[in-house]
Amino acid sequence: MAGPRRFPDYLREMQETIEGHARGFGLDFFPIIYEVLDYKTMNEVAAYGGFPTRYPHWRFGMDYEQLAKGYEWGLQKIYEMVINTNPAYAYLLEGNSLVDQKIVMAHVCAHVDFFKHNYYFGKTNRKMIDGMANHAALVRRHMERHGQDVVEDFIDTCLSLENLIDPMSPYIQRQREAKPDDEADDDVPRLRAKQYMDKFINPPEYLEAQRKKKEAERKKAARRFPEEPQRDVLAFLLAHAPLQPWQRDVLEVVRDEAYYFAPQAMTKIMNEGWATYWHSKIMTERAATTAEIIDYADACSGVLATAPGRLNPYKLGVELYRHIEQRWNKGQFGKEWDECDRLDVKRDWDRRLGLGQRKIFEVRRLHNDITFLDEFFTFDFCVEQKFYSVGWNDKASTYEIQSREFAKVKEQLLRSLTNRGQPFIYVEDGNHDNKAELLLRHRHDGVDLDLGQAKDTLKALAKVWTRPVNLLTKLDGKGKLIRCDGEALSEKAAEYTS
Amino acid sequence: MSQRIDLDHGRFRQIIRGKIKQNLRKYISQGEMIAKKGGDKVSIPLPQVDLPRFKWGDKQQGGVGQGDGDVGDAIGGQPGQGPPGQGPAGDRPGEHMAELEVSLAELAEIMGEELSLPRIQPKGTEKIVSWKDKYTGIRTTGPESLRHFRRTYKQALRRQIAYGTYNPKDPVIIPIRDDRRYRSWKSEPLPQSNAVIIYMMDVSGSMGDEQKEIVRIESFWIDTWLRSQYHGIESRYIIHDAMAKEVDRDTFFRTRESGGTMISSAYKLCAKIIEDEYPPELWNIYPFHFSDGDNWSIDDTHTCVELMKSKILPAVNLFAYGQVESPYGSGQFIKDLTEHFGDDERVVTSDIKGKDAIMDSIKEFLGKGK
Repeated sequence: MAGPRRFPDYLREMQETIEGHARGFGLDFFPIIYEVLDYKTMNEVAAYGGFPTRYPHWRFGMDYEQLAKGYEWGLQKIYEMVINTNPAYAYLLEGNSLVDQKIVMAHVCAHVDFFKHNYYFGKTNRKMIDGMANHAALVRRHMERHGQDVVEDFIDTCLSLENLIDPMSPYIQRQREAKPDDEADDDVPRLRAKQYMDKFINPPEYLEAQRKKKEAERKKAARRFPEEPQRDVLAFLLAHAPLQPWQRDVLEVVRDEAYYFAPQAMTKIMNEGWATYWHSKIMTERAATTAEIIDYADACSGVLATAPGRLNPYKLGVELYRHIEQRWNKGQFGKEWDECDRLDVKRDWDRRLGLGQRKIFEVRRLHNDITFLDEFFTFDFCVEQKFYSVGWNDKASTYEIQSREFAKVKEQLLRSLTNRGQPFIYVEDGNHDNKAELLLRHRHDGVDLDLGQAKDTLKALAKVWTRPVNLLTKLDGKGKLIRCDGEALSEKAAEYTS
Repeated sequence: MSQRIDLDHGRFRQIIRGKIKQNLRKYISQGEMIAKKGGDKVSIPLPQVDLPRFKWGDKQQGGVGQGDGDVGDAIGGQPGQGPPGQGPAGDRPGEHMAELEVSLAELAEIMGEELSLPRIQPKGTEKIVSWKDKYTGIRTTGPESLRHFRRTYKQALRRQIAYGTYNPKDPVIIPIRDDRRYRSWKSEPLPQSNAVIIYMMDVSGSMGDEQKEIVRIESFWIDTWLRSQYHGIESRYIIHDAMAKEVDRDTFFRTRESGGTMISSAYKLCAKIIEDEYPPELWNIYPFHFSDGDNWSIDDTHTCVELMKSKILPAVNLFAYGQVESPYGSGQFIKDLTEHFGDDERVVTSDIKGKDAIMDSIKEFLGKGK
């Protein structure tokens, strides 16, 4: 790759101007370092997830091929890329028009502001460029020692399990502290009785039997491992799977990077919406010259276009921020507003509070996509923005508009975002059947797993666990246990209780 | 410019190659690639290489969209293309890459590896060196017939601007002697061994569409392989029923004749073509004959054998006969050939039972490295 070009003066000036406007609006961001890249390098960096160095893996090559093809065929072009680090690195595409570069810079300012202030990015490693480079060096070293094929194969395996993490875990405490075992109550409940009757009402043999039963139960419970179902399957594997040191390193790398990227998936709509909101505000109110406004509008409409049946996070995000801003400006919130059922009153409701800006800044600090939508995706918004839910029609073999009912749309929306749009998988038992087999459980929320994929993933899991692995799930309404002993897969009916 | 991604990209291509190799039999027997041939590249429907994950099945998942439309309206997009709904619009490519471009040379190499085909040793020790003219650049002198108009005028424009004599309001550009630019070429010696493939096909009534399809697929692969082994290869096409004639490639695969079968007619024509145009000292010659093996008479078969012995075999590297199974034919001809030329190294026969047998048949034909 050619070294970074010198950042041209006119762009530097532009950056200063745009950042001045952004600060004027109250955005607060890490220092931003821009690099101008030709499209090839841009595609390369994009394939690496925005980072200059990643560990060697063919998947990046695949992504690159897709991006390159997309560019050659004129289907897509990456305008902008920015990574969550401090200082933040952002990339500009060489040869973009000045208006485009302005939009990108405004957009990037807001992204970096979001990275800096959103709660869910609070625990990410802001020196991830170094982190990624370290990972790369580590993996390379193992490849040199153990062979590229062996290590790459194992990376494949780990990547299949990459999504089995607990993205919320940095922010909450999952395991309750173990209760001090003081009241190891060998106390068995007794019926009240007068002392001389006690022997008959609470016969000692019975009490003894009860005590034993309780003991046995406790023992059984203690044998459960893990004690509570564990979301972070990767952490469980790291702690308990018989891995070689280099395998442990690779798995750790994959897990670490998965956690680094998780907040971006959790805040896609908010993040893009925020950036879009601000580039539009900065451009239209400050930065765009009269001559540029048409080009700006053209570019912006491209970003906000919606295709049938697809959700555009940019569009949804920006519209929702605007909706919130307007509501808080007009005071359309709180008990009184919620309880008002007169349409005419609601239509003209304007308390002139002017709290909109303050509110959206607060929202961008506290929420993630799910809470954002759960809280602010209202009936009015849904109708105004013409949202609908999409479902599969088996007869026509096509997707179709299923409903425009608010409750349904919102449920569908939230569901598709829950756990970043992926199924919940827990480690249920690390000693299944008392044979050191692993038992995972899919928490079924109304959507079946893709069976073919699930089976292949189990194979990958069996490689890591080295003993047979099982998955309990529900298919077509029936409980099912899928087992993989490393090579062969078997399925049998099983009880699935939720 | 070398990029960091090159290594990973190369790695990816390697994996793809492996996948293609695994599935080669399928591709070959389905003839999928030929249909998509364009230039010297083919597009191959790509087997899924993505990593498996626990994820939701598509159908129940559904999604959310935005815009006009009534309940019950179909959403565009092919079923099975992945669920709609949650998905970034336009900033990432689709999940699945449907096709991958591979050059024919690479494909031949993959096939060579998969079938472990030996490299062909060209006949004769002396290499024919041909000179090839390549237009590689521009120079300031040359014959007028090679004058490069655009470059010349560009040069003149450049000069006029530099001199300040260019007037945008009256843009007249007059090249002077020094502005003239000419195409220049380099003659490169091209070590070359010449090869010709003579395809012969029986188009008598008993050869149905399926049989012809087999011939088409098989000859495509043979062609691809031989092309990877020789620079510059010629193909000739002969069709025959009771009469033989030479046709172009297109006709070869499309014609449907009827009538009887006299194989000798084709061999006669083949021998004549070789005699007239391809002196065996200079050419590597590969006749391939496809038929259902139902010759008109024993006499004719004798004529064939005689022709081969006297004219064809002495001239060729390899004579290949592929017999396509047909519901009508007796399939006698392959036995006759085996009987007469069973121990002759130059004759290869192959019984092609169906599309699935194409790979094996190719291996039989080309496995000897001739």
